[in-house]
Amino acid sequence: MAQMNMKEAIRDALRVELKRDPNVLLFGEDVGHVGGVFRATEGLQKEFGEERVFDTPLAESAIGGLAVGLGVQGFRPVAEIQFVGFIFEALDQMAIQASRMRYRSGGRYNSPIVFRTPFGGGVKAAELHTDSLEGLLAQTPGIKVVVPSNPYDAKGLMIAAIRDNDPVFFMEHLNLYHAFRAEVPEDDYTVELGKANVVREGSDVTIITYGLMVHTSVKAADELEKTKGIKVEIIDLRTVSPIDIDTIVASIQKTNRAIVVQEAQKSSGVAAEVIAQINEKAILHLEAPVLRVAGPDTVYPFAQIEDTWLPTPTRIIDAVNKVLEF
Amino acid sequence: MSKVPYEVYTEEVEALSVLSPDGEIINKDKLPKLTDDQLKEIMYRMVFTRTWDDRAVNLGRQGRLGFYAPVSGQEATMIGSEYALQKEDFIAPGYRDIPQIVWHGLPLYQAFLYSRGHQHGGQVPDGVNVLMPQIIIGAQILHAMGIAMGFKLKKQKQVAITYTGDGGSSEGDFYEGLNYAGVYKLPVIFFVQNNGYAITTPFSKQTAALSIAHKAVAAGIKGVKIDGMDVLAVIKAVQEAAERGRNGEGATLIEAVTYRFRPHSLSDDASKYRSKEEEGEWNAKDPIARFAKYLEKKGLWTEEDTARVKEEAKAKVNEEIKKAEKTEKMTISGLIDSMFESTPKHLEEQKADFK
Repeated sequence: MAQMNMKEAIRDALRVELKRDPNVLLFGEDVGHVGGVFRATEGLQKEFGEERVFDTPLAESAIGGLAVGLGVQGFRPVAEIQFVGFIFEALDQMAIQASRMRYRSGGRYNSPIVFRTPFGGGVKAAELHTDSLEGLLAQTPGIKVVVPSNPYDAKGLMIAAIRDNDPVFFMEHLNLYHAFRAEVPEDDYTVELGKANVVREGSDVTIITYGLMVHTSVKAADELEKTKGIKVEIIDLRTVSPIDIDTIVASIQKTNRAIVVQEAQKSSGVAAEVIAQINEKAILHLEAPVLRVAGPDTVYPFAQIEDTWLPTPTRIIDAVNKVLEF
Repeated sequence: MSKVPYEVYTEEVEALSVLSPDGEIINKDKLPKLTDDQLKEIMYRMVFTRTWDDRAVNLGRQGRLGFYAPVSGQEATMIGSEYALQKEDFIAPGYRDIPQIVWHGLPLYQAFLYSRGHQHGGQVPDGVNVLMPQIIIGAQILHAMGIAMGFKLKKQKQVAITYTGDGGSSEGDFYEGLNYAGVYKLPVIFFVQNNGYAITTPFSKQTAALSIAHKAVAAGIKGVKIDGMDVLAVIKAVQEAAERGRNGEGATLIEAVTYRFRPHSLSDDASKYRSKEEEGEWNAKDPIARFAKYLEKKGLWTEEDTARVKEEAKAKVNEEIKKAEKTEKMTISGLIDSMFESTPKHLEEQKADFK
């Protein structure tokens, strides 16, 4: 097995699918010749040619609309929006056109599209490059939203997303592209969309999270175990829409306490949805309210205070202590 | 250092006409090659569509149709542009462009179902290359551009055509679509039916450009302006644009100057923003009357023919609206199942709330 970082794993997934299916196309601003501003698609144009992997003019709505039109023609577009803050320019095509093609046409057409975008904080990027907009998309019917937290999942989820006949919004955390390497099979495999992963087993409290916050939560759990002997179970959602509530409920039945950690602003997002579903399905198993650790309801901050704005292990530890002491 | 000549293209583009208002050929070089039977078929479709529109407006008032955007006055642009295509060509319509997709193969009762808010209306039969009508004013422009890229990648000699209005030509998607089509040299036709009003906003408040056709210059594609009340000019322009697309010469923007005789939709009062004089001037350019004069002089059409087609159209519309009314209603569980190829568990559970 090869050692890959998350960026290499995503590139490998794209290569596997470009090779397997001639209908897979890869495009976006700067993705062709140089392989993207993060080099996530480096070498793919050289390997598969300019008809399969190509640069587009700078216009996000057209990238989205191009994907929708190609999807109608039977292609499987993987369209990159260079940074997450630019998805608003393409939101009509993503959240209105691609997501409801199957419904509007009574199943005659579909949108087998993957929209890729880097996102996520802690890297001191320019404004509107890092926001966590997954909640916004998660509220859109007809679209799946995936946020991988490690190289193995990233590759398997990307392959599953490309093979899915419905639109998938695939969010790649900037801070995870090069964070670490892990063993990743070189052949093709999939990680099921909509299935969460128990990344750490524990009996005292459940942390439900995704993306970079899986790693921040692991740090907090290590600290809690070392200092107080508290055994934390951590669930990585992997797909934030739809949410795998069964895995969450099974964990809460065991731990009876939970918190949800997300980078995004606190209100109305993925964490709120997780808690609403826990409320519907597991309330009698709870010994304490489920708390959220999240960014405050402000615009994403300029780089100076980014590190204190984002959830930290300390804030997670505080929340865990609160639900344990309730 | 050589001086860069900054020149802005400001010359008025004259609209192509083939027929005079009296039905005389005034531009022999641009007369499309059509047999007598084809000419009669075009007339048949225009009269049929006018009758269907009249009937649809009444059905709308009776509450038997839902949202409906009248088309009378625009028969030359709608019928002519579709007639110039091949069956394999793809149509991405705006909300008013129902006649094009029906004449391209969408059963009429499905057009009525679409109007009545039933999703089967958009369930285009296999082998019919159309999308359902688009509500977002510019979105279909980008879909057509993507569909055209699909034809190019598959090395198929088909073209995609998309429609919007003068208002739609102000959308960002319009410029993005033209620009992409220019860069990738795509076989796509951007057909703007400039009917003078975006709901109530007149063309003079829509753009400072001398014409919409001028906007092609900035995208590096061909732009032409045509008389949209002249079906032969429409057919010629679309035939030429389609040929350019099939030959790998890229995209064309066609601006057809036309008029909608009725308001934007059934819930809008055109007398608030249009004068009787203006309406009278455009009525005198009626595309059906003009084409009829041409055909009558050739001995191909009579008033009796018009009367016969109207009766046929009325009967057909009645039959199709009944079929639409008899179509089984949508259900919530059907709606839920149309969100994804396979319905996720949480949506399966949500069905239970509607039993």
